Amino acid sequence: MGVNAAYAGRAYPPTAPYAVGREHLRDFARAVGATHPAHHDVDAARALGHPDVVAPPTFAVVVAQRAEAQLIADPEAGIDFSRVVHAEERFTHHRPIHAGDALVTVLHVDAVTERAGLAMVTTRCEISAADGAPVATVVCTLAVRGDEAGG
Amino acid sequence: MSRPALADLAVGQSIGTRTVSVQRGDLVRYAGASGDLNPIHWNNRVATEVGLPGVIAHGMFTMGQAVNLVTDWAGDPGAIIDYGVRFTRPVPVPYPGAATVEVDGTIGAIDADAGTVLVDLSVTFDGAKVLGNAQVLVRL
Repeated sequence: MGVNAAYAGRAYPPTAPYAVGREHLRDFARAVGATHPAHHDVDAARALGHPDVVAPPTFAVVVAQRAEAQLIADPEAGIDFSRVVHAEERFTHHRPIHAGDALVTVLHVDAVTERAGLAMVTTRCEISAADGAPVATVVCTLAVRGDEAGG
Repeated sequence: MSRPALADLAVGQSIGTRTVSVQRGDLVRYAGASGDLNPIHWNNRVATEVGLPGVIAHGMFTMGQAVNLVTDWAGDPGAIIDYGVRFTRPVPVPYPGAATVEVDGTIGAIDADAGTVLVDLSVTFDGAKVLGNAQVLVRL
């Protein structure tokens, strides 16, 4: 069995809001070695015009991967996670994510292609704020090895 | 903090370099903070069973570390408006010991009308590129 190509073009209903916590942002920043004061110190963030501590540029992956689980964990989609390699990732920030945000994500499956035993699955997470304003777009491409290529 | 002025910049100019030393504990910390608990990033047996040389860093860990050079240069994390990479090679992380990742940033393009700068990142381990097409769009 392989990845189900019929999933291409699919869009999922909006997720429940993801509450962005100040301490979690600080922990994530420490985990990627991001020492800029705007990630850690509320006053430093406000001095730059942000309402609260701001997320490092790749923090949106935490929000996106929860939405992507709707696809990955779906047995009908045929994605064997033990055969998955992360191929590409891209973040477009419409505005910075900050502590206090409640983020809602709509997951889109943009493409499913298969070539030489390797399936490429591209998803797009459109992340928006509670008021509906766009916050970030996260595009992720996974490469899934076919059965015969497993090792 | 001082921020670079667009008028002072030129294509081809370096924004600096950084060396990132990665240990197993750093991957465990990233796993916890990110929620990516895939055991190939902390369990040697699982990693070798799926054909890897051993535990490898999360691609997202390396991507997250590499952009700090740009954030600190830009003076504001909110200045990063677009950041994309391809994951071209894994970074094996020994235990005990550390893997050393080198990050180098160069200005690839300047758009004076939009007020943006495109930074090309070179991210290497053991002399080989681990992130391909690594580009960061910065609003100054």
